[in-house]
Amino acid sequence: MSLDVDLRVELGGLRLDAQLHAAAGETVVVVGPNGAGKTTLLRALAGLLPADGRIVLDGDDITAVPAEARSVGYVFQDHALFPHLSARDNVAFGLRCRGRSRRDARVVADRWLARVGLAEHAAARPGELSGGQAQRVALARALAVEPRLLLLDEPLSALDATTRAVTRRDLVRHLADHDGVRVVVTHDPLDALAMADHLVVLEAGRVVQAGSAEEIRVRPRSRYVADLIGVNLLRGHAERGVVRVRDDAVVVSADEVDGAVFVVFHPHAVALHRARPEGTPRNVWPGTVAALDLDGGRVRVTLEGPVRLSADVTPAAVTALGLAPGVGVWASVKATEVAVYAE
Amino acid sequence: MAVPLAALGALLLALPVLGLLWRAPWSAAWDVLGDDAVRTALRLSLVASLGATALAAVVGLPLAWVLARHEFPGRRAVRALALVPLVLPPVVGGVALLLAFGRRGLLGQWLDQWFGITLPFTLAGAVVAEAFVALPFLVLTAEAAFRNLDTRYEEAARTLGAGPAALVWRVVVPLTWPSLAAGLTLAWARALGEFGATITFAGSAPGRTTTVPLQVYILLESGRLEGAIVLSVLLLIVSVGVLVALRDRWLFTR
Repeated sequence: MSLDVDLRVELGGLRLDAQLHAAAGETVVVVGPNGAGKTTLLRALAGLLPADGRIVLDGDDITAVPAEARSVGYVFQDHALFPHLSARDNVAFGLRCRGRSRRDARVVADRWLARVGLAEHAAARPGELSGGQAQRVALARALAVEPRLLLLDEPLSALDATTRAVTRRDLVRHLADHDGVRVVVTHDPLDALAMADHLVVLEAGRVVQAGSAEEIRVRPRSRYVADLIGVNLLRGHAERGVVRVRDDAVVVSADEVDGAVFVVFHPHAVALHRARPEGTPRNVWPGTVAALDLDGGRVRVTLEGPVRLSADVTPAAVTALGLAPGVGVWASVKATEVAVYAE
Repeated sequence: MAVPLAALGALLLALPVLGLLWRAPWSAAWDVLGDDAVRTALRLSLVASLGATALAAVVGLPLAWVLARHEFPGRRAVRALALVPLVLPPVVGGVALLLAFGRRGLLGQWLDQWFGITLPFTLAGAVVAEAFVALPFLVLTAEAAFRNLDTRYEEAARTLGAGPAALVWRVVVPLTWPSLAAGLTLAWARALGEFGATITFAGSAPGRTTTVPLQVYILLESGRLEGAIVLSVLLLIVSVGVLVALRDRWLFTR
C-alpha cells in the first residue's frame, strides 16, 4: 500500500498546493501553524472537499471518488461521535453502511472496543465518555472498517495534559497495528515527533519541508520549524565561512558553504554577558531582553537586536546578570556551535 | 398599569375556554359522538389531517433541508414564500388554491386534461388545502433543526461509507427527530383545525369533505348548539394535548 498525493484546493483565502508520499505502514505527520491548510488537506484526502490534482492510493486514482466510496478512516478533532448511538453502535456504523448485519457489526465493534480498552463502555452514549475515551471510540470507529488510509486531525488536542500522555502512547501503538497509510495533522511538536515516520511541514498552503524527524530537526528550513524544535534560525549570504545575516551583523561558522544559507544554533549554545566579552567567541551581538519565559529548570530569554535570537540560561544567571525586559546585553556563540547549510 | 392590562389579556384568553367547558353538555357527549354525520366528519378529519401532514412532510422536509443547507439565488424569497400561508387569511388561501388547482386553474387545467384529476370539492382537495396551511409550521421547525445540525456528523458518516439514504435515515432524522416530531405535530394540529381554506377549496360535501370544523359550523348554523359545543370541546382537548406534548420544545422557552 502506498499514498501519492499532489493536490490543489482553493478555499476562502487559502490556496493549498501540497504533495506528500507515504508507504504502507508509515505515519506521515503534517505540522504547520494555524491556517496553514492542514485540516483542508485532510478533508481533501477524505473526499469531503473537492480537489484538483491527484490522490493515488495503492495505484488507484481516488481524486474523483466520493467520500463514502473511499477506503478512508477519519478521526475528527473533536471526535464527532454520533450522540444518538452507543459507543458500540458508533463503532458498528461503518460496517452497517457496508451492508453487514446488525449482529455481525456489533460483534466486530465489541472486538474493536476491547482492543482500545473500552469493552465495558460499549453501551455508553458519547456524552457519558471522558475525552480520552471518546478519542479511543473515534479511533476504533475509523479502524473498524479497515481503511487503507487513516486520517487523524489533531487527535490529542482535545485532551487535558494528563490524559494526553497516556493517550499518545496508546495511539502510537494502535497506529503501528494498522497496516495502511496514516496521515496525522498536529501543531504539537511532541505529538509530531512521537508519531512521525515522516514529517511534512505545511505553511500558508505549501509544503516548506518534508523528511524524517531527524532531518528536519538538524536542518530546519523555516522559522516555524525552528520554533517548533526550539532552535534559532537565521538566513543570510555566506562567503568563506562568514554569513552576513543583516547589513550590520555577521555570523561566523566552522562550516564552509557559499551562497544563500540557513544558520542554526541552539539556545543553550548562547551565552549572555552584561559587557562585551573579550577573547575567543567570534560571534558577538548586542541585544535587548524582550521576554523571559521559565521553561522547565531553564529560563528562555528572547533578545531583540541586529540578530533576533533566544538563549537558554539558568535562573541563577538571570539574577546574576540582572536580566529583565528592556535590559541591554551581549550575546555570544562559538563558531563551532553554529550550523550553516545551503537554502 | 401593566398588571391590570395583563390580567385583562389573560382573561380574554381564558374566558372563551371556560365558557366552552362551562356550557359543555357532558351528558349528551356520547349521543353527539354517536351521530352518523359527526362520526363521518371525525373520520374525514382524521384522514384529511393525517394525509395533509404526510403531504406536508413529503414536500416540506426536503424544502426545509434545501433552505437550511443550500445557498442559491432567491433563497430568501423561497423562505418568505414558505411563510405566506401563515399570514394569509385562510379564505384567501382557498381562493388562491382554486385559481391554481381548480379545473380552470393555472395547473389544475392540465391535471384535469392530462390525468383526469380534479382537486376542488374532493377529499384530496381538503388534504391539499390543509397541507397548504400546515406547511409553514413544519418547514420553519425542520429548517431550524437542520440548520442547527452539526455538519460534522454527516461528514463522519460519509467517511464511514454512508450514502445519501443512510445519511438521512441513520444520521439526519435520528439527530433531528425531536424537532421534526414537534413540527409534524404542529402541522397536524393546524391541519385538523383548518376551516377557511378547506371550505373554499374543497367545499362542504357531507361524507366527502365535511371535516370536524366544518361540521361544527353546520351544527351551529342549524341550531344544534349541543353538538357544536361537544365537537368544539373535542378539538380543544386535542389542542391542549398538543400543547402539553410540545411544552418542552418550541412553545415555552425559559
